[in-house]
Amino acid sequence: MAKIAYYPGCSGQSTSLEYDLSTRAVCRALGIELVDIEDWSCCGSTPAHTVNHVLSAALSARNLALVEQQGMDTVTTPCPSCLSNLRTAAHKMEDASFRDQANALLDTPCTTKIETLSVLQVIAEQVDAETIRAKVVRPLTGLKVACYYGCIMNRPPALMQFDNHENPMAMDKLMGLLGAEVVPYPLKVECCGASFGVPRVDIVTRLAGKLLDAGRDLDADAFVTACPLCQMNLDMRQGQINTALKENFRIPIFYYTQLLGYALGIDDKELKFNKLCVNPRPVFKKLSELKEAAQAG
Amino acid sequence: MNIIDLTAADCDFQAEVASRSGQDLKTCYQCGNCTAGCPYTFAYDVPVSQIMRLIQAGQRETVLNSKSLWLCASCQSCTTRCPNSIDVAKVMDVCRHMARENGCVSERTSKLFTDAFLQSVEKHGRAFELGLMATYTMKSGRFFDNIALGPPALLHNKLSLKPHSIQGKEQVARIFERFRKGE
Repeated sequence: MAKIAYYPGCSGQSTSLEYDLSTRAVCRALGIELVDIEDWSCCGSTPAHTVNHVLSAALSARNLALVEQQGMDTVTTPCPSCLSNLRTAAHKMEDASFRDQANALLDTPCTTKIETLSVLQVIAEQVDAETIRAKVVRPLTGLKVACYYGCIMNRPPALMQFDNHENPMAMDKLMGLLGAEVVPYPLKVECCGASFGVPRVDIVTRLAGKLLDAGRDLDADAFVTACPLCQMNLDMRQGQINTALKENFRIPIFYYTQLLGYALGIDDKELKFNKLCVNPRPVFKKLSELKEAAQAG
Repeated sequence: MNIIDLTAADCDFQAEVASRSGQDLKTCYQCGNCTAGCPYTFAYDVPVSQIMRLIQAGQRETVLNSKSLWLCASCQSCTTRCPNSIDVAKVMDVCRHMARENGCVSERTSKLFTDAFLQSVEKHGRAFELGLMATYTMKSGRFFDNIALGPPALLHNKLSLKPHSIQGKEQVARIFERFRKGE
């Protein structure tokens, strides 16, 4: 399989380290060769585009220029916020006058159009379903999961051009291949409260609480996510949500790459389940009980 | 009920939002789809569809002083569902840019978080989560909002204690410098 440039994003070095590590491990197992962008910088995330679109594009374009300098034309990132910024910058810079403005802020301009894809899209489109199925050594049979994509993995559709923007299925299909029972989760693309956990935590506890509530209604054993911010709001803030809403949620929140890695038999050390705040052990206990019951039956 | 004085319409405002966002704002016919799908309506002082109408009516002050601009997460629900293909989230972004440029800050903590984040990027080249949280907390004085995150964050070693400074951090700092000079 062709090499692809890799942009981990800032949170991959800190709050979502387990997402970065499990992404690398899963890609290695599936034959996707990730080439790190040397000396990459922050894409600007939401804060930059709320201040100015040229500033935001320039912060992203520094990285696109680095991809260009490494002789590559496509970059992949696990983070939907990075994805959205890198794609937006490349798209806006197709306009010559906007491109000149953004490049004027950079030491080294970005001259060609670099394509950015989510790691989820790369796996969904470039790895054959049968290849994945054949590699499963620890199936997720009997595990009920809710796949939550977050608000910007697929939106706006004209920019993202991947999967269905109201009812995305890439993770559902992937989890299905691993043997999991995927519940028909209705809030796949509803916003979790994003970065308002810092300035307005009341907003996040309400919105993320609604997401957990819908998962519980469907009897989901766990959530599967693809975004560092969504995962953090649902996992690390689950205690805050319980306090604010007088609830008692205890739903483990995985990155899809962690469960994929588990099914592919990748060592737990590379998947870092110990980084999850809500204890995921009940999920593994259920899986081993179901396996024993199946063997006995 | 808010009474809007249509005779005091600021047509320059309407034209500026249209030109900076590149959107044809006249095509909004108030179907309300953006507001129906907006997860933040409960926290807004002015629902997003009304922001669109107020722009059409040239109500600069009301729009730029609205809390809603600072509470929009750019989740793209409005843009995705607009039947007239208006990039509503971009309109909200542009109004927020204008509010910031005019010193209209109706949600102080939201602006402080944005500033702390970008300062961190300017300094290190990458966002340093622990550092920007410290800056935000000191500036906002909101010491207790997220204290509950301390135990899980520490127990699961969630936060990097050191910034990941990059070699090209001066290049990133120069992006900010040139941007400020050009403003």
